[in-house]
Amino acid sequence: MTALIPTEDEVMLRDAARAFCEAAGVANLRAVRDAGKPYDADLWAEMVAMGWAGVLVGEDEGGSDMGFAAANVLAEEMGRSLIASPFLSSAVIAATALRRAGRSAAAIADGTATYALALDETRKFAPEATAMEARALGNGFVLTGSKAFVAEGTSASRLLVLARAEAGLTLFDIDAESAGLSRDRLALVDSRDHAALRFEGVEATGDDVVGEVGGGLVALGPALRAGQATISAELLGLSVGAFAMTTGYLKERKQFGRVIGSFQALQHRAAHLFSEIEVTASAIAHAGRMLDADPDNADLAVSLAKARASETAGLAVREGVQMHGGIGMTDEYDIGFYMKRARVGAEWLGDYGYHAGRVAALKGQAAA
Amino acid sequence: MADGGQESLAAFRDEIADWIDRNAPADVRGRDFDESDICWGGRNFVFKSEGQKLWMDRCSARGLTAPRWDTAYGGAGFTRAQEKVWLEELARLRVKKPLESFGLWMLGPALLAFGTEEQKRHYLPQITRGEIRWCQGYSEPGAGSDLASVQTFGADKGDHWLVNGQKIWTSYADKADWIFALVRTDREAAKHKGISFLLVDMTTPGISTRPIRLISGKSPFCETFFDDVVIPKDQIVGEVNRGWDVAKHLLTHEREMIGGGGSGAIGARSIGSVLADGDITDPHTVARAQKLEIDSLAFGLTMERYRDLAKQGGVGHASAMLKYYGTELNKDRYELLMTAGGSDALAWDGKYGALAPEWLRTKANSIEGGTSEVMLDILSKRVLELPGE
Repeated sequence: MTALIPTEDEVMLRDAARAFCEAAGVANLRAVRDAGKPYDADLWAEMVAMGWAGVLVGEDEGGSDMGFAAANVLAEEMGRSLIASPFLSSAVIAATALRRAGRSAAAIADGTATYALALDETRKFAPEATAMEARALGNGFVLTGSKAFVAEGTSASRLLVLARAEAGLTLFDIDAESAGLSRDRLALVDSRDHAALRFEGVEATGDDVVGEVGGGLVALGPALRAGQATISAELLGLSVGAFAMTTGYLKERKQFGRVIGSFQALQHRAAHLFSEIEVTASAIAHAGRMLDADPDNADLAVSLAKARASETAGLAVREGVQMHGGIGMTDEYDIGFYMKRARVGAEWLGDYGYHAGRVAALKGQAAA
Repeated sequence: MADGGQESLAAFRDEIADWIDRNAPADVRGRDFDESDICWGGRNFVFKSEGQKLWMDRCSARGLTAPRWDTAYGGAGFTRAQEKVWLEELARLRVKKPLESFGLWMLGPALLAFGTEEQKRHYLPQITRGEIRWCQGYSEPGAGSDLASVQTFGADKGDHWLVNGQKIWTSYADKADWIFALVRTDREAAKHKGISFLLVDMTTPGISTRPIRLISGKSPFCETFFDDVVIPKDQIVGEVNRGWDVAKHLLTHEREMIGGGGSGAIGARSIGSVLADGDITDPHTVARAQKLEIDSLAFGLTMERYRDLAKQGGVGHASAMLKYYGTELNKDRYELLMTAGGSDALAWDGKYGALAPEWLRTKANSIEGGTSEVMLDILSKRVLELPGE
């Protein structure tokens, strides 16, 4: 396996992505929120033009095909600056699912389509428990049920939907404007685009099935792992961004006639947080490498990454707000945006407890 | 041997596994090992078995007690990747490492970085052959975390130094043949600039040791007294009054090792070995075990990533993170092991062997080689560049 440090190409990609994301900054998310938009469409168009939407799409379909470690690099930089975009849902999750199933992902790479993943039906991530009905009708299916927590749910032009057919869980690729489908925007703490979906007799054809009928989890598995790794990378970037903002503040804020960063009580907490971030960064790097080298055996690496990233991001933003003191509680300062996104990112695609259980099961340890 | 990529590494693995299998005596293989199985070498070492001695000799003849050192100094000239394969194959075949010592871990690396060619050719093979056992004379009663305040003094007497003073926490000083020590050779200079790194034969008149009984019931550490000890001028590593450079270099090395559990100071007992009995099902303990598993795996990857970073040009003061995190993690591991072991774990020597003394031993991990608090200070000031008072 390639070393756990970035290759020359990855360093170049990172530097370019950092410059781009920092130029937009948290101000971009703030503006998106204040305008009530799902994300900045112009910014996304620029990302598409740079090949980011096609990062996991084959070159024969117009993608840049850079791989999962590269997708992690991009997500980490977006996380540092809290950039809102359909990158994870569309360019990572959907592109991986479609490609694995031998379907075209060209529309993802060129930005003409964006996808959302309609999976969760209850308050917790539990794909196996999916209950939405896919009733056979002629050569097709009729989808009935609801999805509770769909990232990019209002803005996506297409949906990957997991539903239960007679043969078992099945993954569908359908138009987000299908008849019988309604999408209600969820106003969540991170100000990003989320929706609850209702399917009332939405028709899908046999051609809309991704992979095999009854093979929904097989088709979705690699895509979920990719999404879990990439949201972990975003959370790592978020941690790094919040930490940089916090240490910056420790170096300038004065109380008791001293810069507060000179207090050992704060120094040691900052140094501890630095350590946690470094350890988490290793798990993220490893997950990216495993997905590129041996994707079918990457489950442990991915769950390790998601567990660590969820926990570290939580610590980074809690310490961030506390060390900022009163102004950390204000909307005017950016640190609060980090706290809110960290909470959503930690929940999405399985929280710490879910992935800790996965790690224990995969390591053969006594699970609860 | 050259590192010629994956294919030749696979061939190397087959070759080394075959050699281990043919040469490792039954005494050093096929079971769990504890502290009593460590081969320390040295003039006075009592081998646990004939096989232990045979294994050490067979390995040292092939340079395998110090795989990465140059063959001219008793090593095997392995690359890092080859050394990793060697260690992996030892673990896979459940064979004990042939030799462990402060010479291999500490003095060797110091001589390789700062010693003269003559010193390397003289001292290093004695270490790889397990002939001389070294101990480390750093801390003093008044110089613990503030190590640069050492007061043990070497008076310049022309062709030798006359040394007086006291060291403490000298690991296995009562069993060692030689000691490498930080000795003040200039009292006028700033505290970091008046220290020399000296090498001393423990049989030199005027040296005495006294073991310190610890909470674990064991006495791995000693007080070491220097009373008019004559040390010839050529027994110095690096330049006079520049010993702090050597010490700093070694401390960085030691921190990575203690953090990584590579020194033998930390047992690598797995959590599974104690949880496996299946009667530990309470959610709190299970949750602790899951968290520890996650953190241990991620820390293992961090050791790997930092080795990759080091190859690329160094990690500098960030290595303090490895020491801090690794030792705190190991203490957590032993707390959990004791919880999981329940009353079976409370005996000095019970169902889980020496688990209780090992647990007590781990409390020193975050004290020795720079406390966790000193590590956090280093990270705050040198890495995060937070201001001083």
